[in-house]
Amino acid sequence: MGTYVIKRVSLFIPTLLLVGVMIFIMLRIVPGDPAFLILAGDQAEGQFTEEDLQRMRKELGTDRHIVVQFGDWVWHMMRGDFGESWWYGQPVWDELKEKFPTTLELVVLAFVIGFGLAVPLGVISAIRQDGWLDYACRLFANTGIAFPSFWVGIVLIYLLVKLFGWVPPLGYAKFWEDPLTNLSQMIFPALVLAAYNMAFVARVTRSAMLDVMREDFIRTAHSKGLRERVVIYRHALKNAFLPILTVSGWQVGRLIGGTVVLETIFLMPGVGRTLIEGVAFRDFPIIQAVVLLIAVGVLILNLVIDVLYAWLDPRIRYA
Amino acid sequence: MSTQQGVGEALSPGYLRIPGNYVRTIADFSKRKPLGAVGGVIVAVVIILAIFAPFIAPFDPHAVHPEYSWAAPGEGGMLLGADQIGRDVLSRLIFGARISLYVGVVSVLIGASVGTLMGVASAYFGGKTDLTIQRVLDALMAFPGIILGITVLAAVGESSLENVILALVVVFTPGAARTIRARALSLKETDFVLAARAVGASDWRIILRHILPNCLSLFIVFSTITVGFAIIVEATFSFLGIGAPPGEPSWGGMLTLAASKYIEVAPWLAIFPGVAIALVVFGFNLLGDALRDVLDPRLRGA
Repeated sequence: MGTYVIKRVSLFIPTLLLVGVMIFIMLRIVPGDPAFLILAGDQAEGQFTEEDLQRMRKELGTDRHIVVQFGDWVWHMMRGDFGESWWYGQPVWDELKEKFPTTLELVVLAFVIGFGLAVPLGVISAIRQDGWLDYACRLFANTGIAFPSFWVGIVLIYLLVKLFGWVPPLGYAKFWEDPLTNLSQMIFPALVLAAYNMAFVARVTRSAMLDVMREDFIRTAHSKGLRERVVIYRHALKNAFLPILTVSGWQVGRLIGGTVVLETIFLMPGVGRTLIEGVAFRDFPIIQAVVLLIAVGVLILNLVIDVLYAWLDPRIRYA
Repeated sequence: MSTQQGVGEALSPGYLRIPGNYVRTIADFSKRKPLGAVGGVIVAVVIILAIFAPFIAPFDPHAVHPEYSWAAPGEGGMLLGADQIGRDVLSRLIFGARISLYVGVVSVLIGASVGTLMGVASAYFGGKTDLTIQRVLDALMAFPGIILGITVLAAVGESSLENVILALVVVFTPGAARTIRARALSLKETDFVLAARAVGASDWRIILRHILPNCLSLFIVFSTITVGFAIIVEATFSFLGIGAPPGEPSWGGMLTLAASKYIEVAPWLAIFPGVAIALVVFGFNLLGDALRDVLDPRLRGA
């Protein structure tokens, strides 16, 4: 186990560093000189002299060697200092820390709902392989990925408004202050986000179940005369569950990506919406911080999943 | 020289042979995979609509008809209604198919090609090459697809279809590289590759004549399935205002205002573009699934 963890972590560190380099390069070098961008403004209407430009560069620290800048940047990131937002003019972290719980809650809720619906669908599909029920389940799950989630969200809001007189919330209630209001605000975007992921989880469940059901111990269970239910739930699903959970865990990144869209439509004060606003205002410190935190979060999550998986299933760590 | 060629080709299986009788192949495919055939028909219809858009669309997609603004479906000969400044929705949808297909197909073809080269190089040369390429892919895959695309778009700045394609290429390359690498690794150990090497074929010859052709079916399957996803992501970017330039008849862009502001007064403006996206994506996914079962049975259920 120890060697596996060391091996896995030694893959994690260079990846983390590369992620940092990529973000730094993409958002520091590609858009051009940040001092120029700030002084010129969005429509390039700003008036300034060469001296202003030099002073701004010095202030931002962009007059130094690029490697020094990168080291400096990493050092600040590690201490939680993400710089100042160009648009809001206040520290990026102050802008973001309020918004993480919203996004996190949305992702967790969507994961639980999607997983809870998709696993039974996948199991039914596998038991009735190639029967009409299998086709129905697959069709249903596939419809979930065919419709873009922003469109499903829009139509859902429209129907809610038309049928129930539901009004999209303007303010946002925190879970620990007003759990009921909070859940009523969260549930619809979470449902849409879950639908987006369901097709994938259902498909993984189906194939994992089909694999397990070809194993000898299932035949043994059948020939012992165990009831079908017991064979499926106690023997097959129990064994298929671990890979299903693992592969679904790797997909959490997709859910995080989806929050960008749903927070925008449902007007939720989350990280995803902040990212889109950051792009609109060309607020690079905000974009950088959000993208970095999401990527690091995904990397850590994958690391934890892999280590847990190896711990629970010894076949992995000796492979 | 001739022996070398003979040995390699006689042993090389799965080389995608195009059968002489197309009609019969298609008929066979439809019989075995009815859902896939449905997908194929949807895709074919959309491709025809996109290519012949100027001849099929009843109106100019950019033409403004103030007298028909908010026209309901059917009014003034506009089968699917008109938008806030009286542009025909059906015509915009037909021209929108061009944008969706252009961005979807081009980005996936480039992404899958770059990915294939990386995957084959990674698997064939192994060692340090493999290690370096894999770490880069790991890093790229740490970003959720949409987030990575947004970051690339934010870095390049202005919104244009070419920039959306660039963003999507960055998003799709890692997946393609991983998929192809796995296949190339197993191909590298096959008898026909060993035989080719034994008769003294060069690395390039082995890659070009033996490994790449055997990755072709996987390439086709991966691309078909990914096009659907690419179309959704393009629509999402356009919807968020960072994709197709405003005013262009892209399906996602048509939804931006329709959805947030006009859905109460003119729901058809929001309904039809969404259905168009879903139909095309559905078509590509069905076709892709069926192609996978037929061309590449080893991937079944993957």
